[in-house]
Amino acid sequence: MGNYVARRIFATIPVMGVVAIIVFLMLRLSPGDPAAIIAGDHATSDEIAEIREHLGLDRPLLEQFIRWLGQLVSGDFGVSIYMEQPVLGLILERVEPTLALAISTMIFAIALAVPLGVIAAWRAGSWVDQTIMALSVLAFSVPVFLIGYGLVMGFSLALELLPVQGFVSISEDPIGFLQHILLPTVALGLVYTALLARITRATMLETLNEDYIRTARAKGLAEPRVLILHALKNASVPIVTTIGTGLALLIGGVVVTESVFAVPGIGRLTIDAVLQRDYPVIQGVILVIAGVYVLVNLAIDLTYSLLDPRIRY
Amino acid sequence: MSSTQSLGTATEVVKAATRRPSRIGRMIRRPLPAMGAVLLLILISVSIGAPWITAQDPFDMNVVDRLQPPNETYFFGTDAFGRDIFTRTLYGGRVSLIIGVSVAVTSTVIGLIIGIIAGYFRMADAILMRIMDGLMAIPGILLAIGLMSLTRASIWVVIIAITIPEVPRVVRLVRSVVLTVREQVYIQAAGAIGTRFPRLMLKHILPNTFAPLIVQATYIAASAVLIESYLSFLGVGTPPEIPSWGNIIAEGRLYVQIAFWNILFPSIFLALMVLSINILGDGLRDMLDPRLARRI
Amino acid sequence: MKTFFKKAVALASLTMALSSMAEAQVPAATRANTLKVVVHANLQILDPVWTTAFITGRHSYLIYDTLYAANSRFEPKPQMAEGHEISADGLVYRIRLREGLRFHDGTPVRAQDAVASLRRWMARDVMGQQMAAVTASVETVDDRSFEIRLKERWGMVLDALAKPSNPAFIMPERVAQTPPTTQVTDTTGSGPFIFVREEWRPGNRVMYRRNPDYVPRQEPADYLSGGKRALVERVEWLYIPDQNTALAALNSGEIDYFEAPPLDFIASLQRNRNIRIVDIDALGTAGLIRPNHLYPPFNDARARQALAHLVRQEDFMRVVVGNPALYSKFCGSFFMCGSGNGTEVGSEPFREPNVERARQLFREAGYNGEPIVVLQPTDRPQYNAATMVLVQAMRRAGLNVDVQAMDWSTLLSRRASRNNPYQGGYHIFLTTHGGPTTALPPSNTWFNTRCDRANPGWACDEKLVELVADWSRESDAATRRPILETIHRRAWEVIPYVPYGQYTQPVAVRANVHGVLAAGIPVYWNIEKR
Repeated sequence: MGNYVARRIFATIPVMGVVAIIVFLMLRLSPGDPAAIIAGDHATSDEIAEIREHLGLDRPLLEQFIRWLGQLVSGDFGVSIYMEQPVLGLILERVEPTLALAISTMIFAIALAVPLGVIAAWRAGSWVDQTIMALSVLAFSVPVFLIGYGLVMGFSLALELLPVQGFVSISEDPIGFLQHILLPTVALGLVYTALLARITRATMLETLNEDYIRTARAKGLAEPRVLILHALKNASVPIVTTIGTGLALLIGGVVVTESVFAVPGIGRLTIDAVLQRDYPVIQGVILVIAGVYVLVNLAIDLTYSLLDPRIRY
Repeated sequence: MSSTQSLGTATEVVKAATRRPSRIGRMIRRPLPAMGAVLLLILISVSIGAPWITAQDPFDMNVVDRLQPPNETYFFGTDAFGRDIFTRTLYGGRVSLIIGVSVAVTSTVIGLIIGIIAGYFRMADAILMRIMDGLMAIPGILLAIGLMSLTRASIWVVIIAITIPEVPRVVRLVRSVVLTVREQVYIQAAGAIGTRFPRLMLKHILPNTFAPLIVQATYIAASAVLIESYLSFLGVGTPPEIPSWGNIIAEGRLYVQIAFWNILFPSIFLALMVLSINILGDGLRDMLDPRLARRI
Repeated sequence: MKTFFKKAVALASLTMALSSMAEAQVPAATRANTLKVVVHANLQILDPVWTTAFITGRHSYLIYDTLYAANSRFEPKPQMAEGHEISADGLVYRIRLREGLRFHDGTPVRAQDAVASLRRWMARDVMGQQMAAVTASVETVDDRSFEIRLKERWGMVLDALAKPSNPAFIMPERVAQTPPTTQVTDTTGSGPFIFVREEWRPGNRVMYRRNPDYVPRQEPADYLSGGKRALVERVEWLYIPDQNTALAALNSGEIDYFEAPPLDFIASLQRNRNIRIVDIDALGTAGLIRPNHLYPPFNDARARQALAHLVRQEDFMRVVVGNPALYSKFCGSFFMCGSGNGTEVGSEPFREPNVERARQLFREAGYNGEPIVVLQPTDRPQYNAATMVLVQAMRRAGLNVDVQAMDWSTLLSRRASRNNPYQGGYHIFLTTHGGPTTALPPSNTWFNTRCDRANPGWACDEKLVELVADWSRESDAATRRPILETIHRRAWEVIPYVPYGQYTQPVAVRANVHGVLAAGIPVYWNIEKR
């Protein structure tokens, strides 16, 4: 088991390496020039060239890459071209809202999707099933920002129940935190819920057809026990996998949601950085997000053996 | 009259009980996928037939008529530039269709090629899969945004930017099929009698990938149309001149309180198209191979 | 089950108790007396000398103070200065600082600080550079006064010091000694507000608190001059890029002051009794179309005139602004209609579009149907809209237009390129300027026709440069007027850029916000919430 863990952790390194190369190349080959933006609207070409040199942007690509890698290894994610502040610091400052939104969305989605998926599978073919599935398809066919605007118009403007925008830290004000996070969570969560519900239903369907379920029912076990303790537990592996891989989808959705609800998270940081070609920030953010994704999936992989004893390493 | 009277021997009873309805029959009896297909056809024909349905030019700005609500001249009203939303919505369908289909086809083809190579050749597998894992670790939208900023906006760039994050999933799918098929006895037998790889691939491996690929392709198409709207919403999508539903919504979103028709109609069309493609995908999946219902 | 409920109730009440404790940490009075502002851009760079970004300028007006400031007639009035003396030959300006000026760290403001700040500003700022060109030295005389010694007569010294946009903000000497090519990180100033760095969340929120030790001037506030009384405890800047969200926040009262409400909404905001629309900028914003003077066809003045003949300003204004109350149908001035220099002489042929004349002039200039590259910034709504109107007008006139869409940052680097338009260059881009800086010929940056040293577009006309220098040398309004008209007539022949309209951008505030100053830009002194 320890061997397996070590091997899996080791396997993440080349993945991160690939990510690093992709990110670096992608940005350095782009035409927009941060020096021109920094120099401002009224700068001359000489001033722009001076700033480029000052930022080290005129060195050969390989040299820039190696320098960057070296810094990464020592934990230095570089300094934002614009704000002249360490990238890691910027990311850490803004990670809380994104993390809060992502976690609350996942909790919302899992809490809603799993029961719905189980019920849909249990009553496969009935109108309950068809309704749940129809709603799911609808939920991930409508763009997140439309759901977001709809919620804002309804709950914030018309009913005046919840705030329109912003984020309040849970440590500052738990009630305010809940108020501010609710709408963005629902907007984003509906999409994630739909995806998860479908997978849950699909795996449950497969599991429910197994012999041991028939046995359990024949034994006279109460239906909820059968569904949860036997079927769901055995169906959990693909569901948990989807939660992990769905994280990438979630982060994409977070970017849009943060834009609509003015949540000061990493999504907005990335977009602003991209629009201004703030290379160190873009690279840092993508690396961090990719890293988190890889770690989460690693954790999920490693917990498989807990969920399904048949999986042994 | 009891139904058992019409049944004769036990064999017939068993046969009757286990007779599976035909595939098409199954599909037609479930109304949802059929409706999806019909809806999609309507949307496609309306989009392709845009120039014949409306005489107006989607780029024409009639500044004096800006932000007008729906009326006889402008069925869906006008936007902030005085352009007819009805015309733009219809033409926008073409762009969304082109993007959806292109992304689906491109990612499927590329994923197929890479997947087969990875599944069949052990050496290439390790490297390719690491690259695919790396690509999957970067959230699609961020990758698309990054790629979009590489060069000036154009439909081709949008297509490429949306395709690239979709490829790894196709690769995984194809690879898993290839891995499974490869171990089959009849493949090994074919190899034993000297069948070369190309023939092996064409006659045996490829056909097994069609069903899951087609289903995956429909989901990718739906997802591509949505992602394009997100990119346009964030300001890094299709060039603003070209009407795509995402663009029209993005441009009109500011006016949602004073001129909601700007986003209402393209939103409905967008949701309907994505919905119909998804429903079609579900139907195809059920029709082609019910076992897939559990795998995807 | 019962124990479960009991525990839940206990937990809930504990949470509520904790939350009310957390809320109590920020005193209720302070929370009520915070002015929440939605700003138009993200504050990223804190150094006003290093960047000309508007947002940095507004930040600087909060935490710094200037030697002189403009009043509503754009006359320079002493602000930090107590007064000045000009030598008889007009070559020496001795400026004396007011008493009691202190930086936020408690140290007094001395002439040395002013001199260092001026020197740094003169190295980078456009007008500062012009001043530097005619200045022999800037030296301290004693702790409270310093001298600017000129090489030749220059009537713009005080105007330069009082320049509303990018003036010389006074920083402590140690900070001002940072090289002009490096950003300053120390935000110590002597202004009416203090930057609360610990609460700064880049990309989201900036916080300022009142400077209790600031000594405002006695005179009432007038434009940017006069007494700067800070009447709120804190000013909180929020950056909300989604305009719908910002509007909704204003409507719900979550924010008090919206710097740049979308112009199409002004009418509906005006109908809302909880919201007031305030016009703070009498002069407004002027849009301009900048052709590239380096390459054909626009290296020929006839082609530039042809371009001007295609422009119907009203069309541009309809699309960019929408609300007719906010723009005039035609403004033919390069120096802001409504300002002291707002003459329109020479613009008569261009009041109405003349497509025939345009086509003729293009032919004469040798244009033969080659593609004209127009840069379109998709993420700047007003520039984007204006570009689209121009492109339509050009296409309707039969020109071959190649529109290249990109984001603003890409456009900024693209427009700085002197390459051939088909190899990474361009023919046309659009932008805006405005305010009193545009109203003065020497400080109007886009009007600068110094060829290589001009702004991107590289307008080139020696005669115009001479005329502007002549104008600057005079300080008497009567002698300046005829020169101005000559300049203006020449401008409409040479066309450094084509104006496409003048409009105002009002601010929107909640009804309980009073004292919003018409200072050209949003400033936050004199404002109180009642």
